[in-house]
Amino acid sequence: MSKQQNTQLRTPPDTGWMLIFTCWLLAAAGTLGSLFFSEVMGLKPCVLCWYQRIFMYPLVIIFLVGLFPLDRAVSRYALPVAIMGWCFAVYHYLVYSGYIPENLQPCSEDASCAEINLELFGLITIPMMSILSYTAIILLLFIFQRRTQS
Amino acid sequence: MKKISFVAAAVVLLLAVFAMATYLYNSQKADDANANAQKNNSVLERDYSPILGDKNAKVTIVEFFDPACGTCKAFYPFLKGAMEAYPGKIRLVMRYLPLHQGSDDVVKILEAAHQQDKFWEILSVAYETQSAWTRHHVARPDDFWKVLANTKLNVEKAKQDANSAIIEKRIQQDIADARKLNVTKTPGFFVNGKPLTQFGSQQLKDLIEMEIRSNY
Repeated sequence: MSKQQNTQLRTPPDTGWMLIFTCWLLAAAGTLGSLFFSEVMGLKPCVLCWYQRIFMYPLVIIFLVGLFPLDRAVSRYALPVAIMGWCFAVYHYLVYSGYIPENLQPCSEDASCAEINLELFGLITIPMMSILSYTAIILLLFIFQRRTQS
Repeated sequence: MKKISFVAAAVVLLLAVFAMATYLYNSQKADDANANAQKNNSVLERDYSPILGDKNAKVTIVEFFDPACGTCKAFYPFLKGAMEAYPGKIRLVMRYLPLHQGSDDVVKILEAAHQQDKFWEILSVAYETQSAWTRHHVARPDDFWKVLANTKLNVEKAKQDANSAIIEKRIQQDIADARKLNVTKTPGFFVNGKPLTQFGSQQLKDLIEMEIRSNY
């Protein structure tokens, strides 16, 4: 029995599982990070931030359910959600970098989407972190899809 | 490692990082607030500020308030209770910080009442009737004047005083001092110059009791 346990311990979790686990980790970190900005630092989320949150938060649950046991169809459900969030993140990026004029974007007075509230190391902004997380999740899901198809 | 414990470990790690970051951020912010309050200690009160309690009391509570603010109203009986619990040991200094729309006119009325030595009386009336002269977080000075008709305040004189340059100047001074002291929300409390960094009635109680213990 102990031999069996040993082999189980030594076997690394399969790559597909690790891919979805990484997706879950990204979504969970994004969720907690955004909550840190709004609840701890008191930065008011603008309208576009809210739409990105709406698509990020459920991914934590979707990926977690897809991990136990590993569901090969998880990307079918997670990918559309992640792509929606990615679109909002890119739109937000275009708004605050000035490609889309401010008067065209649907923001209220108290928290402007075009205003940059936080810059880490002088270049990383909150919308940029959002784009990066969504892009990474989408790429990992594509890789997962290819691996499971073959 | 089993997959489930792997994920559980990740959850614990993420939450620990979150809690740690929250703790570090809050203690850094509290340090900054304390340093800033110490630096601007001289603007905590002005010679015109309404003061309640014994002038020799060794514990001074400064409150930046907005008469239209519901939480300020809720804290008022709490402050009165603290002053009753430690008679002669606490003095309360009120500073104006009209953040609600329309509140600037209401604090002018309070300062006009102050000139008739009726600040505390009219402040109590303002809190008691708050729902009658505020609607959707907007203060309505006209409705407040209607309430004041039933009080001992000389309304004629108060109306003149409320529009005077001296009162305007005092209100602007209080707002400028609040900005210097980094007070962006009401109520904003300082106890013997120490800002209330974690908001809550228990935290305020602890801060007051700490100052009572170290001064008496």
